[in-house]
Amino acid sequence: VLFHRGHIIHIVFILVGLVLLAKLFFIQVLSDEYKIAAERNIIQPVVEYPYRGVIYDRNGGFLAYNVPIYDLMVIPKEVKHLDSLAFCQNFGISLETFNSAFKKAKAYSCVKPSVFIKNVSQETWAKIQDYVAEYPGFFVQARTVRKYPTLMLANTLGYVGEIGSQQLAADTSHYYKQGDMIGISGLEKSYEKVLRGERGVKYQVRDAQGIAKGSFKGGVFDRASIPGEDLKTTIDAALQMYGEQLMKNKIGSIVAMVPQTGEILALISSPAYDPNLLTGKDFSNHFATLERDALAPLFHRPIMAMYPPGSIFKLHQALIALQEKVICTGTSYTCDKKLLNCHAHTSPLNLHKAIKYSCNPYFYHVFRKIVNQKVSNDSYEDTRLGLEKWCGYLKRFGLGAKLGIDLPGEKSGYVPDAQFYDRCYGKRGWKASTIRSLDIGQGELLVTPLQMANFAATVANRGYYCTPYLVSQIGEQSVLPKEAERHEVAIDRAHFEFITHAMQEVVEGGTAWRTRIEGVVVCAKTGTVENPHGEDHSVCIAFAPRDNPQIALSVYVENAGWGARASASIAGLLIEKYLNGVVSRFRLQDYVLKGDFLH
Amino acid sequence: LKAASNIFSHIDWLLLGLYALLIVFGWFNIYSVGYEPVFNQGACHLSDNAGKQLLWITTTLFIFFGSLFFEARFYQSLAYFFYAFSMLLLLGTLIWGVSIGGHRAWFPWGGQPSEVAKLACVMAIARYVDGSNVQFTRLRPQLVLLGFILLPVVIIALQGDVGSSLVFGAFVVVFYREGLSPWLLLVGIFIGTISIMTLLIPHIYLIVGTISFALISTGVVRRTPKKIVLVVLITLGTLALIEGFHLFVEKVLKPHQQSRIRALVDPNIDPLGIGWNVTQSKIAIGSGGLWGKGFLQGSQTKYGFVPEQSTDFIFCTIGEEYGWIGVLLVISTFLGLMSRILYISERQRLRFARVYGYGIASILFFHFAINIGMTIGLVPVIGIPLPFISYGGSSLCSFSLMLFILLKFDAERKNYCSWRQASSLDQFN
Repeated sequence: VLFHRGHIIHIVFILVGLVLLAKLFFIQVLSDEYKIAAERNIIQPVVEYPYRGVIYDRNGGFLAYNVPIYDLMVIPKEVKHLDSLAFCQNFGISLETFNSAFKKAKAYSCVKPSVFIKNVSQETWAKIQDYVAEYPGFFVQARTVRKYPTLMLANTLGYVGEIGSQQLAADTSHYYKQGDMIGISGLEKSYEKVLRGERGVKYQVRDAQGIAKGSFKGGVFDRASIPGEDLKTTIDAALQMYGEQLMKNKIGSIVAMVPQTGEILALISSPAYDPNLLTGKDFSNHFATLERDALAPLFHRPIMAMYPPGSIFKLHQALIALQEKVICTGTSYTCDKKLLNCHAHTSPLNLHKAIKYSCNPYFYHVFRKIVNQKVSNDSYEDTRLGLEKWCGYLKRFGLGAKLGIDLPGEKSGYVPDAQFYDRCYGKRGWKASTIRSLDIGQGELLVTPLQMANFAATVANRGYYCTPYLVSQIGEQSVLPKEAERHEVAIDRAHFEFITHAMQEVVEGGTAWRTRIEGVVVCAKTGTVENPHGEDHSVCIAFAPRDNPQIALSVYVENAGWGARASASIAGLLIEKYLNGVVSRFRLQDYVLKGDFLH
Repeated sequence: LKAASNIFSHIDWLLLGLYALLIVFGWFNIYSVGYEPVFNQGACHLSDNAGKQLLWITTTLFIFFGSLFFEARFYQSLAYFFYAFSMLLLLGTLIWGVSIGGHRAWFPWGGQPSEVAKLACVMAIARYVDGSNVQFTRLRPQLVLLGFILLPVVIIALQGDVGSSLVFGAFVVVFYREGLSPWLLLVGIFIGTISIMTLLIPHIYLIVGTISFALISTGVVRRTPKKIVLVVLITLGTLALIEGFHLFVEKVLKPHQQSRIRALVDPNIDPLGIGWNVTQSKIAIGSGGLWGKGFLQGSQTKYGFVPEQSTDFIFCTIGEEYGWIGVLLVISTFLGLMSRILYISERQRLRFARVYGYGIASILFFHFAINIGMTIGLVPVIGIPLPFISYGGSSLCSFSLMLFILLKFDAERKNYCSWRQASSLDQFN
């Protein structure tokens, strides 16, 4: 035997390895065939941005759509024989801009495309499109930006902007890339997934000179972009527009909704801004200005601002007390101004009149009756049990928790419970007299304008509400059933009927007389929210008509004094606009637009 | 117990180093394949292949420490049990298996028992050869060993994974080393050649060719009755083989297996399917040139145009991004690793350890040669991974365990003496 068998095996192994290496050497080094094939095979992916879904109002009018813009892109490695001076002249940029942009693109990647000039408008594009073909390495990529044709509803619609690095890191689906646009607030954010659609890609074959030779393999690997779905909202554009007009030069919010369904008709935050400021090229400048503004136009007041409910809360108190049977509609108290300051009205008075005149001392007694039901002989314990019961009712009204509107950033308001007062005053450190500011809706209680509009809807429905929502249709799909959940507040219909009549009386003979409309039975309640930082806030909730309610709303005007003035007037005008389509009371309209409510 | 105190002593660090080199290099390639400039960031997440492979590599660390903890004899004593267990797993896939890429080789909760079966089969063969002092010239041991191999081959072929079942053919290397007659090997090679020719040439021509060859050879040589009988027998056997193989390809194999085997001969037979893979694979490797395009810079191996880019065709990425120099280094590392295994096997005193070493060397060699060969069109595309480089938890873990057990035997080799030495010691007593 010439070789040990182990050695023969060893030699065979190495020989096979050498055969592989020899064949590889032939393929990789000696032969040009494969390199040429590879060059014929240069495949460049071209991203196709999807069309973002359009947003409509309830009548099919545009609230948001897309307009095309163009980015001039560059692939640094493919740029050849460039006369930069001529280039700058043709494209209308300075040499410094050119140099810095080119440096930036090269720093990113030599072979991958990056943005050279961003957001070239359609007009500029028309001018430069002839030149682009003369410069290898440069090409134009079309994108779209948002346009908001009505110039209103800014905070509700939100805005779209470039994705931030934190969002990018948090994106577990790995969909987004650096430079992608994403909905940042409002509906643009909460419906981002359906609005954005799905990015597509086209694989282009280029030859050794970098000239496109059509799609790769007839496009079998291409993925068409899937356009985003359109949203149909519940917004009534005419009402929204009118409301924003009325709220000009005022701070505050209006929420108007259809009581039976929870559809939001108008959602007004004032001061407002033109949503088109936050699209396109000057996004960052405008954004900085808006963010610096002391009046916080980016703060979405209807769902984010929290105020004590003020006198409107007397309705809650009355309903709870009636349901708990601690008072009846005939219960009378004297208006004792030593207990609480009050207005001039008859005394003693029953519940109906107490609501009509918004009597403060009366509701001092009502709240006492609710929290101290003499269940326990220990007055501390008794208050505690009473307050817990009271909190339970408020929770069912949707207070102290988010209602779940389909917008980001909704605040929950605050309902102080027994644990809260334990923390403030210690256990057994508080009783009814300690928390008496709650009786007329002041104190630690906080609500949002949306929650108050929702309360108006609850009364209008005589005891239930549906989760308020803005989007009724995604694409062809109706989204109603899930969003419009029906919540019962577990208070008898009869008590609501009583409150409704009292609210009608508030309009016809009480503080909300400015809300009165010829031929329509309006129900309303005004409130003046004490503001330790300045003038009081003017508040009003209303719904109409009484027996077949079609609209329920809340109006907040900050620092405008009595609810009877600014808010009640605005509420009346909006109801008239919605029910009749036109406003006939021009004097009242002028009064609101002039906006001097304190005198 | 004494082993537990210094489990790292006498470890062959050279083999371990070559192994680690391949693992690390493999991971970078999987990362590069998954790097997708359009649709994601290319970062390493647990949801993509590179992230999962990182988990598997970590797992092999645990396997490493775990396998060193036991004494080498432990593996020897468990060989049959392990074999039986893995055969049950294989049978399990026939019942509960899920189909991935046309093979019903996977458990729904992950894992590919055919990878483990290779290791189990090596151990069983080594145990059998060691235990009975077999002589390969006898028929009985030949049949027993054939049985050991045929059982997993049949089950895996039933799964539809013909490629993996062919791997078991690599054991002829072991048997040759242990004394199998080279004539049997030559017959095997003859059968292989005839089989490939049935694919190349229409079988009618082949039959006519065989008969005319037989007639000519009887005409040329001096005719004795013995020689005539021999020629007739060989001719009949060859004809049966041609017809049998032809029927096997046409009737037994599934269409995608047929096309895979046919595309070996002529990649243009199916330019959009398997042949297109090989063409694309060759273009990718060829475009790498001498120095390659650099890490993540490969343009031919991105976008998922070549299917199974991170498993069976991972070598394209190496060829494209690192060029011939990179390929040279990888192939040299593999040859170094296999040479080291052969060297280590030869220095074992236990016959079990030597057979085992040759067994894993031949399996690694088969995978290495076939996988690289298929990416450059030298051998048919049968879907088997490149050990330590390709993406896949089952194959990585089982190949690693194969090496670790050999390392353990090698570390303890001085504790054992062979039967020959033992008997020679007896003479002195």
